[in-house]
Amino acid sequence: MALFNDPQIWGVVLLSLKVAALAIVVALPFAIWIGKLLAGPSFFGKALLSALVHLPLVLPPVVTGYALLVTFGRRGWIGSYLDQWGISFTFSWTGASLAAGIMAFPLIVRPIRLAFEAQDDRLLEMASLLGASGRRRFLTITLPQAWSGIIAGMVLGFAKALGEFGATITFVSNIPDETQTLSLAIYTLLQSPSGDNAALTLITLSIILSFVAIFASEWLAHSHQKKRER
Amino acid sequence: MAGAFPSKEEGTLAVLTIKIQGQIGSCNIDADIEAGTGVTALYGPSGAGKSTILRALAGLWQPESGVIEVQGHTLFDTENKINVPAQKRRMGAVFQDPLLFPHLSVEKNLRYGMKPGEVGWDAVLSLLNLQDLIGRMPRHLSGGEAQRVALARAILSDPQVLLLDEPMTGLDDERRLQVLPYLERLRDETTIPIVYVSHRRDEILQLADLVFMVENGNAQEELTPFEFEEATKTNVIRRRDEA
Repeated sequence: MALFNDPQIWGVVLLSLKVAALAIVVALPFAIWIGKLLAGPSFFGKALLSALVHLPLVLPPVVTGYALLVTFGRRGWIGSYLDQWGISFTFSWTGASLAAGIMAFPLIVRPIRLAFEAQDDRLLEMASLLGASGRRRFLTITLPQAWSGIIAGMVLGFAKALGEFGATITFVSNIPDETQTLSLAIYTLLQSPSGDNAALTLITLSIILSFVAIFASEWLAHSHQKKRER
Repeated sequence: MAGAFPSKEEGTLAVLTIKIQGQIGSCNIDADIEAGTGVTALYGPSGAGKSTILRALAGLWQPESGVIEVQGHTLFDTENKINVPAQKRRMGAVFQDPLLFPHLSVEKNLRYGMKPGEVGWDAVLSLLNLQDLIGRMPRHLSGGEAQRVALARAILSDPQVLLLDEPMTGLDDERRLQVLPYLERLRDETTIPIVYVSHRRDEILQLADLVFMVENGNAQEELTPFEFEEATKTNVIRRRDEA
């Protein structure tokens, strides 16, 4: 029980929450955009875009981590430019967020895309006839109608980001207080003969966090449904 | 709505002029309509092209080639590359399905197409007897109530023409009888020209001031309600005899 008062344990939990939250906040607008594109009419390269989005689901996470290293590392073809501006992802928690966001991206996009696909386009036609611009139609009809899909995407993505391991350790390594998230800390503790108890505490906290995330999403979806039924 | 709800007593007399000449696949759409205020009906069997004409007017369907003019304004012209988007055409429309936004209350649905500062709210609510419905969500409305809200929403968006595409087809006879008087009030108490599409003779006879027979996308034959009644009587008798 004393382990629950260990600041190091809570440091890991808070870092993991910070990494996962940033990953979702940054990924969400892109996920909505890509979800809308993929749910819309066919265009040149749509199949390729869909494949690219879903690639992290099927690629070994280490390969995704390596690809991030090659792209966003200090000598990577994007990372080297960013480095000139003082922006670096390597060995930092923002890099862990980037890895978590990329790995979670397909899981965020999928429910959002399905929600967009299920929408009745005639409602958008009606909004046009009532004088609504494309932007207003998107904000007042498309987005609210896809709300449950957006929540589902956020929760799935958050859970995935919270548990990300392979891409994170490959891209930003396993640095305590900087990139050592829950999964990495559990892995590290399990390697040490005296780490079992601390690992068990983190495992318990992971389970609790996952439950809280799922309950929160259920509550959000439920309150949204209630609001619509009023 | 410019200033106030346009009632027949106060408003200026609106006339309806529509010209559509367009090509859709192998079918040629041709309508040249000049009518006074009130209800101009497009009558014809299913698949005659009535709804296509309405969707073309609203900007929801684009002919492969041709011209669309409403009230003297060109909305579509392939030769001069003109295509006014649906949101700028000011066409109020009500379809078979009321298409209320399910996540918005009746009040928010009604206000959706209104511009700030526009009045006419109370007049429209009273015209369609909606005062008791505005706090409800669309899922809690009956078919007839939803269709009245859809009508009010279209009027409140200040349309230059109101397009009604079989608005009572989805209603059973009881609900149809409930909505019909409101359509009559709309015809009699406003100056918004109405284009009413239906394949039902009884609705046309009850509502229309002028009827255009539509066949194969062609709406050229213009009939008064009396002429329409006479012209369709033989078909009704023939159908009754065949039955």
